Amino acid sequence: MKGRIASTVFAAALIFFAGYAALFIAPDERTMHAIQRIFYFHLPSWIAMFTALSVVFVANVAYLATRKAKWDALGVAGAEAGVVCCTIGLATGPLWARPVWGIWWTWDARLTTTFILWLLYISYLLLRGLLDDTEKKATLSAIFGIFAFLDVPLVYVSNRLWRTQHPQPVILGGNGSGLDPTMSKVLLLCVIAVMGVMIIILLDRYRLERLRHEFEELRQEVETRSIAPASILGKEST
Amino acid sequence: MSTARAAAILLAKELRLEFRTRELLSATIVFAMVIVVLFSFAFDPTAAESRRYGPGLLWISFLFAGSLMLNPSFAREQANDTLDALRMAPISPFAILSAKMLANFIFMSLVELVLVPVFSVLYNVSLAGVAGRLILVLVLGTIGLTVTGTVFSAISSHARMRELLLPLLLLPILTPLLIGAVEATASLLVDQPELDRTWVALLAGFDIVFLTASWLLCDYLIEE
Amino acid sequence: MSVTPATSRTAVSPLGVSFNSVEKRFGSFVALRGVSLQILSGEFVALLGANGAGKTTLLRIAAMLACPTRGIVQFTVGQGSGDCSSAVEAKKLTGMVGHSTLLYDELTASENLTLFAQLYGLDDIPVRVADSLQSCGLGSRAASLVRTFSRGMRQRLAVARALLHQPRLLLLDEPAAGLDRQGLVWLGTTLESLRKDGCTVLMSTHARNESLDLATRALVLEGGLVKQDSGSGGDPHPILAALRADA
Repeated sequence: MKGRIASTVFAAALIFFAGYAALFIAPDERTMHAIQRIFYFHLPSWIAMFTALSVVFVANVAYLATRKAKWDALGVAGAEAGVVCCTIGLATGPLWARPVWGIWWTWDARLTTTFILWLLYISYLLLRGLLDDTEKKATLSAIFGIFAFLDVPLVYVSNRLWRTQHPQPVILGGNGSGLDPTMSKVLLLCVIAVMGVMIIILLDRYRLERLRHEFEELRQEVETRSIAPASILGKEST
Repeated sequence: MSTARAAAILLAKELRLEFRTRELLSATIVFAMVIVVLFSFAFDPTAAESRRYGPGLLWISFLFAGSLMLNPSFAREQANDTLDALRMAPISPFAILSAKMLANFIFMSLVELVLVPVFSVLYNVSLAGVAGRLILVLVLGTIGLTVTGTVFSAISSHARMRELLLPLLLLPILTPLLIGAVEATASLLVDQPELDRTWVALLAGFDIVFLTASWLLCDYLIEE
Repeated sequence: MSVTPATSRTAVSPLGVSFNSVEKRFGSFVALRGVSLQILSGEFVALLGANGAGKTTLLRIAAMLACPTRGIVQFTVGQGSGDCSSAVEAKKLTGMVGHSTLLYDELTASENLTLFAQLYGLDDIPVRVADSLQSCGLGSRAASLVRTFSRGMRQRLAVARALLHQPRLLLLDEPAAGLDRQGLVWLGTTLESLRKDGCTVLMSTHARNESLDLATRALVLEGGLVKQDSGSGGDPHPILAALRADA
């Protein structure tokens, strides 16, 4: 409990400092000026999303291999954290694109892939909501999760091939080309801060799911005990 | 018993069930035609225009029709718990799944067999010269659609609102397939048709990835 | 129903099944809470208990339709173990009549039986199917769709389907449901001849079923636990009599 409060406070401080650094410490970008500063949260949210969704994939495979409820809980926690990060990325992207490119949205491979990812993992969460039986929910959503994850590279490649035939805006010149040293330091700080927040959301959601599971089990136990106390307490005859 | 033999027996059952009533097939064909006709009101179906958006329209109608047609594939087994009877038989779960995939592939191919000529006539697009290559694209696209669709039909059959859920699960996953199939088909509808191999490779890759995944995950899918 | 007696299958001794502290949960609901039972080959066990006591779950686990959450199920002949999907040999020797008919309504009676005969890899399928339909009194309706059958006829066909591959372990979940007087008599004689053959039978049922008299052992489940058991070689009649008095 203490550890949780400490880590939450630490992550909050980190994200606060990251926000400050992005707004005031990082140097002004030559062509894009202030609007470029959204990039310090845009890119980290992408990274956090991919991390969270990889956690979902690992959890899905592990669930099918072991049938332990904790993996299912980790899967749903990862998917929710991933969808949150994805939403941040999708919201900050157009805010940046509009003043810089003059358009809200472009069918660039990265954007399109992320959008499809967002839809896929929302479907994953919807599917879980529509399955009543706990075991079925865990098994079937794990299968869907694995299919969705396998689809990601295919979506990316297909969009890449599709859109290279058309001109597209360039996001970064090359990999970090011409990035000011202070800029990259601030960026690193932001990545760590956003990842920290994502991990805390994920772990909290995981704990909540485990508690919910435990609560259900205890409630059921109490119910059966109040119906047939004798047969539970007495030894069964063989 | 070998998986292939069991799958053949079950495929015969699926075909017999469907061709006794032909309900599913006829409804799907009509639905796909409705989409094709509705599109003609949304766009101007003159020849030049239709070459541009024709492939997209064709594949959208297949995907929509497929996502509706695949619904009863597993839901049908629930009336008398017949899936339990199949699971109790000494056959591999993949026999059950692959029989359904094959049956759905056949049904979907029949839908396409009717729809492609209708499309060609309505939109004044000549397909005679490219029939062989077009069939290759159709087959690859249909494999991907029915493989993922059959798996998702098994998933959604256990859920509430399954009729709505299946397209919701299926259509986003099919994005790469849609892009590949549309672009490959489009490469056949231009003046000098030449099949774009990149897209054929993408379609084949999609089919291989998901067929392998279905085979690996089949035991979990068919179990209780 | 040994209509075709001289097959290799009759040489196989009946299948016994043992449950070792089997627990089954559906989410947080516990259907079975640690059932340990040894059913010897050749026993005819009447499985009794109120709705929700866990009878159906126990039968489904024995049929390998459901995996126990904890515990082990073993078949005493054949290599079946607790593992659910690998036990193909045990599956060949097990038959089940469930709550639902397990039949395709849109296929005819003979098509249904033929399908399952093929899936079990039987030989002489047309003869077997015809014999089976004859013995359950549906010979004249072989070519009718199951959809057109009455509840009783469907139930008879469901039993015939379960017996088609001459199982050595028969699992019956309320097999008398929907049967008319004639059907009950048929079920009684069929079960009796199965017992003579030495087939192991595990049948969940209500007190009103006459076939109960065939039982060599009675088991009462309550709240997912075995409450009463007359034991192997014990006398089931006190339990059955008490049950009838209650009903």
